[in-house]
Amino acid sequence: MFKIEKRPIPSAKWNWGAPIVAVLLTMVFGGALFAVLGVNPFLALEKIFYEPLLGEYAFYYRPQLLVKAAPLILIAIGLSLGFRAGIWNIGAEGQYIIGALCGAGLALALYPMELFILLPLMVIAGAIGGALWGLIPAFLKVRFGTNEILVSLMLVYVAEQLLASMALGLMKNPEGMGFPGSRNLQQYPSAHNAEIISGTGMHWGVVAALIAVIFAYIVLSRHMFGFSLRMSGMAPRAAKFAGVNPTRMVLICMGISGALAGMAGLFEIAGPAGQVSIDFNVGYGFTAIIVAFLGRLNPVGILLAGILMALTYIGGEITQSQMGLPLAAIQVFQGMLLFFLLAMDLLTNYRFRPTAKEAA
Amino acid sequence: MKLIKHLATATLALGVATGAMAAGHGEKTKVGFVYVGPVGDGGWTYEHNQGRLAVEEHFGDQVETVFVESVPEGPDSERVMTQMALEGADLIFTTSFGYMDPTINVASKFPDVKFEHATGYKTADNVSVYSARFYEGRAVQGLIAGSMTKSNIIGYIGSYPIPEVIRGINSAYIQAKKVNPDVEFKIVWAYTWFDPAKEADAAKVLIEQGADVILQHTDSTAPQAAAQEAGNVYTFGQASDMIEYAPMPRVSSIIDNWSPYYIARTQAVIDGTWETANTWDGIGAGMVGIGEITDAVPADVKEAALALKDAIASGDVHPFTGPLNKQDGSAWLAEGETADDGTLAGLNFYVEGITGEIPQ
Repeated sequence: MFKIEKRPIPSAKWNWGAPIVAVLLTMVFGGALFAVLGVNPFLALEKIFYEPLLGEYAFYYRPQLLVKAAPLILIAIGLSLGFRAGIWNIGAEGQYIIGALCGAGLALALYPMELFILLPLMVIAGAIGGALWGLIPAFLKVRFGTNEILVSLMLVYVAEQLLASMALGLMKNPEGMGFPGSRNLQQYPSAHNAEIISGTGMHWGVVAALIAVIFAYIVLSRHMFGFSLRMSGMAPRAAKFAGVNPTRMVLICMGISGALAGMAGLFEIAGPAGQVSIDFNVGYGFTAIIVAFLGRLNPVGILLAGILMALTYIGGEITQSQMGLPLAAIQVFQGMLLFFLLAMDLLTNYRFRPTAKEAA
Repeated sequence: MKLIKHLATATLALGVATGAMAAGHGEKTKVGFVYVGPVGDGGWTYEHNQGRLAVEEHFGDQVETVFVESVPEGPDSERVMTQMALEGADLIFTTSFGYMDPTINVASKFPDVKFEHATGYKTADNVSVYSARFYEGRAVQGLIAGSMTKSNIIGYIGSYPIPEVIRGINSAYIQAKKVNPDVEFKIVWAYTWFDPAKEADAAKVLIEQGADVILQHTDSTAPQAAAQEAGNVYTFGQASDMIEYAPMPRVSSIIDNWSPYYIARTQAVIDGTWETANTWDGIGAGMVGIGEITDAVPADVKEAALALKDAIASGDVHPFTGPLNKQDGSAWLAEGETADDGTLAGLNFYVEGITGEIPQ
């Protein structure tokens, strides 16, 4: 028989092997699910993984992958910093909303003034808004010892109500005939986060996501702060002795992840989404948590995981419209990905050992 | 950089061109449907899907339909529409208000594809809008509700405070007040179109506050289930017949019947006679149906309700006929005057007698 034994240090091989095995297992079991639903599994998997990248209309889907992946990556990078240090910001969705509202609010207040630095100002406003929203649970944690998981999550619902209120009231389009929703920022040139090169999907949010990946990589591997982060997560007491201030750590991590989520929201609302509407947020803040773990909390890993996640969304839509696969099946497929990843994680931290035969 | 830009534009143009060619020479007419909820919601999306199935049945091999369900409003919907257009759809129905700007955006890129946007107000050379005068059905509901209530408290579950929903509240209230001067409306805003848990909570709150009739402008059957549990509460099916809750608590319903419209518009595309239109049909044209009034309703009330339905269908009665004052007491419609469509389309105030404020 076998027994499960904790590894002295996590296996580096399995740390990277686990996501790959998880993706393969998801394909096998997802394919089986599709087959049970009466759909050719090979064709469905081809539509999900091949069609958006190299299929007939890939020229349209490839840019869309960037558009879909950018907010996921940007938010996940911020979250991963805190997750490494054992600080659990679950409320990125709320910070995303508030960032979007702050930036869009600035633009709507100045409408129709054409100002070439408007978009940069909006980005800053978005980052500040997101950071402040993230600092609320951080402050409550360090001051009153509240649980940041709970508080940051609850603040998502507060942010959603605020968003609805803005779409129906303060930020409502005065020329919208009473319908909810703000002016469309896509029609306000100074505020529009347009594609930098037309047809490539490359908007400033994609650039920001790439910069965040590089920046996080350097900070984590080369900078003292990255070291403090990792130590706080792995050995909080040792970190304390080494002079890491846990209060500061919480504030910095929540602030940074909030700022990045806020920026992601702003890029989205000023670009692809265009307007403050009641249902502006579509769950990027929550999906980014999956992306962060799928990417092993590693910046490069997150980059790849974000693109993979975007692929399952876009490929999923293709299978829906071309093969009539129900949305629920796609969502189960996405869920399997995280499920298998967590299961495979067992192999990173534990190993199987044959048990020695006991003497009779 | 410039080369890339040209290449990108060229490929996009090529894609548009091939999409258009597919539209011109394909033997089958392809009709796409974009849904905001799951096809099994039992309400709004369910009825649109019934319309799609009716198109399939009516045209048989002449037409192929595709759909994607639960598409978030915003950039995701834009991608789904583009995908359908690229894959050769000739006609695309986008069935939620929030798809308005995305529909316009995609339509401008595919001038040869026809688009039909439900419940919006923006049209273009290849974009029509269509909606139903649900408020006509609300008037019939209001009459039954006002007659049935013993506590004189009618609960109303609103989705979002937009003109469409406010029209329904006003229309129901006006008729309820006519048959029962003591009637009072309690309105709860659920801020969702479809969320069984939230809708059930809203229904329970209203029942606790003494409501014995509940009207809903949300799509799930959860309020029906809550009313059934409470025992002596009457409800109405919304968007779909919800007949499984008849004869009690569901005593009647408003049914959205999109089939005739969808068939007519598909026929127009096949014949090449499709033109931009702004359709707003009611009971008379068959777009709004009144579900069977069950035996839980006394015969005289049923008779009065059916008489009102017929009068509205024939145009003899307009649900918004003066004298009517606004909530603040100021005059709106003089004796015998009826509301014009422009005012109704953007209706953003309650009529006199309704308590509470429209949230902003």
